[in-house]
Amino acid sequence: MNLNKVLKGLLVAVPVLTLAACSSTDEVAATDANTGANTNQVVEQGLSAEELLRQQLEALRQDNTIYFDFDQSAIRSEFASVLEAHAAFLRARTNITVTVEGHTDARGTPEYNIALGERRGQAVTQYLANLGVAAGQMSVVSYGEEKPAVEGNDESAFSKNRRAVLVY
Amino acid sequence: MLKLIGKALAAFALVISAQSYASLEIVITDGVDSARPVAIVPFKFEGNTLPNQRIADIVSADLMRSGKFNPIAVTRMPQQPANNKEIDYQRWMKQGVEAVVTGSIREVGVNRYAVRFELVDVFKGAAGGGSSSAIIGGQLTTGLTHVLDARETTISGDQFRQYAHRISDIVYEKLTGERGAFLTKIAYVLVRDKADFRYQLVVADYDGENEQVLLRAKEPLMSPAWSPDGTKLAYVTFEKRQSQIYIQDIYTGRRSILTSFKGINGAPKWSPDGRKMAMVLSKDGNAEVYVMDIATKALTKLTNHRRIDTEPSWSPDGSKIIFSSERGGNPQIYSVNVATGVTERVTFEGDMNLAASYTPDGRGIVMVNRTNGQYNIARMDVESRYMQVLTRTYLDESPSIAPNGSMIIYSTLYGSSQVLALVSMDGRFKARLPAANGRVKSPAWSPFL
Repeated sequence: MNLNKVLKGLLVAVPVLTLAACSSTDEVAATDANTGANTNQVVEQGLSAEELLRQQLEALRQDNTIYFDFDQSAIRSEFASVLEAHAAFLRARTNITVTVEGHTDARGTPEYNIALGERRGQAVTQYLANLGVAAGQMSVVSYGEEKPAVEGNDESAFSKNRRAVLVY
Repeated sequence: MLKLIGKALAAFALVISAQSYASLEIVITDGVDSARPVAIVPFKFEGNTLPNQRIADIVSADLMRSGKFNPIAVTRMPQQPANNKEIDYQRWMKQGVEAVVTGSIREVGVNRYAVRFELVDVFKGAAGGGSSSAIIGGQLTTGLTHVLDARETTISGDQFRQYAHRISDIVYEKLTGERGAFLTKIAYVLVRDKADFRYQLVVADYDGENEQVLLRAKEPLMSPAWSPDGTKLAYVTFEKRQSQIYIQDIYTGRRSILTSFKGINGAPKWSPDGRKMAMVLSKDGNAEVYVMDIATKALTKLTNHRRIDTEPSWSPDGSKIIFSSERGGNPQIYSVNVATGVTERVTFEGDMNLAASYTPDGRGIVMVNRTNGQYNIARMDVESRYMQVLTRTYLDESPSIAPNGSMIIYSTLYGSSQVLALVSMDGRFKARLPAANGRVKSPAWSPFL
């Protein structure tokens, strides 16, 4: 089960990392600043700046959820690669902001879970900050137990609801 | 400005007096055996247009839901007297009935009804009562000891329900010595997963009747809290992709924003004098308890700890706020003196304790207790620290106490759905209020209205 998750994470994370690597800061700066002269070059590559961004965001959205243990807000090591991919993207695209949504399972009280969800969101933004993402690019909103990803009241549903989601 | 209003209307439908189709039906699950037997005799009707609300049924249901009374079925009544003179006390004694409510409804004009009722003590009546009573100016004027109360009032056809609750209040207070809370309301959040506006803020009579949807939203609604005068609700919305605290007038529907800080804006609770709002903000990076002066918006920070502090609730005299804090490890209840900031720990039992509030007399604290992984409603005696777990339901949360301290309404899991449930303060009486359509959460019992 866990191994499966890791493998799945890697499968998605690898292409993301590749994309992120392509868009090194210089190149992005160039394409972002592109006008007239550079446009031809981009078109020749078959990928406009917008198209590249769209593809990057699409890839990142495929793997944007970090899961947590019960009542915990520590980032599990299996999510390191996912967060590294998001960090690389955000470092390269300093004009883009991300909202990290914090969520909890249904156990505990709604108000406590709002605070716990925020702590999970903050654990993610702290992790990204440590990877060099500017604080101004990130915000946290906690929905606590109010927006479960999965209905149900067993551990399988709970484990899918204890999460932080990176939303662009 | 116009654009802003348009945007607000698009995101939100502010609706007053609309049906939410939830229709809470109360199912009593425990505790009728220990309740006192009484009888609410169907009221005798004189007139042509029979009103569609049956007063005796409403009063019976009220008294049964209080957990303190067990109104006997009409089929078990030995007779159906319309006033104390018609009562055959020996026959009621044999049924073990302690008190009988009799009454009559007289049609006195177009949509006008004179409603008269008497509350009669069966044992005193059997012991030698029997002289007749007189009602002058709607009040009982003779000193008949077996007639505990008698009144006559003229009402219109749409006031039957409300007047029946009024009768319940009077009967309850005469028989228990404690004020009745049958004319109160509850606010709650209804979540309908398939609806376009999934989240609804609803206000209903305490028995689930007369539902009014105050607000429909696409994003979560949380934490409704009543103003002490019962005219307003504070609550939390996420319409701007962040939490914000609003205050809304229940009768006009008008609302205004109270806080919109970065991070958490949550858990609003009005001070007993209505001038301040306790709340949780995380604008400085971490959930802390604050008090805001509602008129000036001046903030006072009451907690300062890197772990979670949340769920503030005022003591009845407004001098203290109890709250949940993780400062000792798992969440427990703490108390802070609002004037001095002196803080002390209140609970020590159980894996964790959350969502505490004082009983109206200040002698008890009701909370969510987790023991062995089970979340249940518990009551602690403030002086002795004796903790009693009151419920056996699953994933209990959001307890809210009736203004007379008799009952707690809370949210729990029944089957696969979140429903409201009631438990009496002694834990003996239990009932469930399942919604026909949707999940129900965050109940808040109104003050006396």
